[in-house]
Amino acid sequence: MDYRSPTTAKDAAGLLANEGAHVLAGGTDILVKLRAGFVAPRMLVDLKGVPRLRGIESDARGWRIGAATPCAEIGEHEAFAAAWPGVVEALQLIGSTQIQGRATLGGNICNASPAADSVPALIAAGALCEVAGVTGEREVPVEQIITGPGRNALARGEFILGFRLPKPLARAGDAYLRFIPRTEMDIAVVGVGVSLALDAQGVCTHARVGLGAVAPTPLLVADAARALIGTRVNAAALEALGAAASAACRPIDDKRGTIAYRIKVAAVLARRAAVIALERATNRK
Amino acid sequence: MAKQHVTTTVNGDTVEFLCETEQTLLDVLRDELYLTGSKEGCASGDCGACSVMLDGRLVCSCLVLGVEAAGRKVETIEGMARGEVLHPLQQKFLEHAALQCGICTPGFLVAAKALLEKKPNPTETEVRYWLAGNLCRCTGYDKIVRAVLDAAAVMRSA
Repeated sequence: MDYRSPTTAKDAAGLLANEGAHVLAGGTDILVKLRAGFVAPRMLVDLKGVPRLRGIESDARGWRIGAATPCAEIGEHEAFAAAWPGVVEALQLIGSTQIQGRATLGGNICNASPAADSVPALIAAGALCEVAGVTGEREVPVEQIITGPGRNALARGEFILGFRLPKPLARAGDAYLRFIPRTEMDIAVVGVGVSLALDAQGVCTHARVGLGAVAPTPLLVADAARALIGTRVNAAALEALGAAASAACRPIDDKRGTIAYRIKVAAVLARRAAVIALERATNRK
Repeated sequence: MAKQHVTTTVNGDTVEFLCETEQTLLDVLRDELYLTGSKEGCASGDCGACSVMLDGRLVCSCLVLGVEAAGRKVETIEGMARGEVLHPLQQKFLEHAALQCGICTPGFLVAAKALLEKKPNPTETEVRYWLAGNLCRCTGYDKIVRAVLDAAAVMRSA
């Protein structure tokens, strides 16, 4: 197996266009799959040497996170954590301290687990992926990247350069909640990201809801967002939000939870995440 | 493919080694550099027995390739004591008997040191969450947590 460490996105795309080439970013998924014999690439293309894949910046469009930036580094960025606390609390639930020292947002989405913690939060935030390939670059909404368990929408030679998150609106807040049977180090039974914004009167003007681990892919749930928009996020709106979240679920039964349980928990978590997002929106200066 | 020649820094010393792409940093530390303090528990990033610092960040060395260490700074359990003088964490692990079979101990020490560098006065809850990625199958967690908190107190007053 060959190892390459390109320093430009163009070189990376050229290498990844080779048959049997596989991306290496944080390595927390691919090294496990290599050892288990689930994958046998001819070449690993380490993207961490490409400067555009590293770091956190803000500009007129909002925030940009390099796709191979370790989660620990993102969590330590105070201004970003203040802007998108729900995204940060999601990525801080991925694995252990050691895993977060290596794991990346690009890897979390491309690994395409239905239960990937960062993805519902990024969906709620309205994040876009910058996708690069041999023919150029394109921007794709986060919710369109994962196409099924372990499958993503990237063509051969394509990889994620970075994530674009908008500047939060005035009086906006987001939150991510995950249910696991223990307190740490587990895979989501259900994960819910909620982002919302209020007008000066406290009426919700914008909302996005992302659901994880309840369908073959993480979901953007438009009906759940509609349940909040135009309301003061009162008890009735939260009930409607929960009902819409449950209605969107198409879960499986497995050792972590039954279908009925996941559908019920999705409603509970959606309501709780919305209450936290509301509190953050109300308190935002 | 021919073995790759890698130059890196381990515990402050410049070292060179040859490795295959498939070899992890843990494989290289143990089998090429004979630094056998870092342990292989699960080899899948779940147990933390192979914890090392890579450019100042706590990672599982079983989830890093040896070739990725090129030009970087690696710190292992072997760099923790100063000669014969134990690090306060090592001393407190002994005093609290915070080890039984000892396989998880190097990983716990490296991880705990990383915590105390970032947060010299952690709460018990913070210690427990930070160390959630280090598994002790003798299940001696309580003594480990007490030892870390005691070492933190000693280090703050030093």
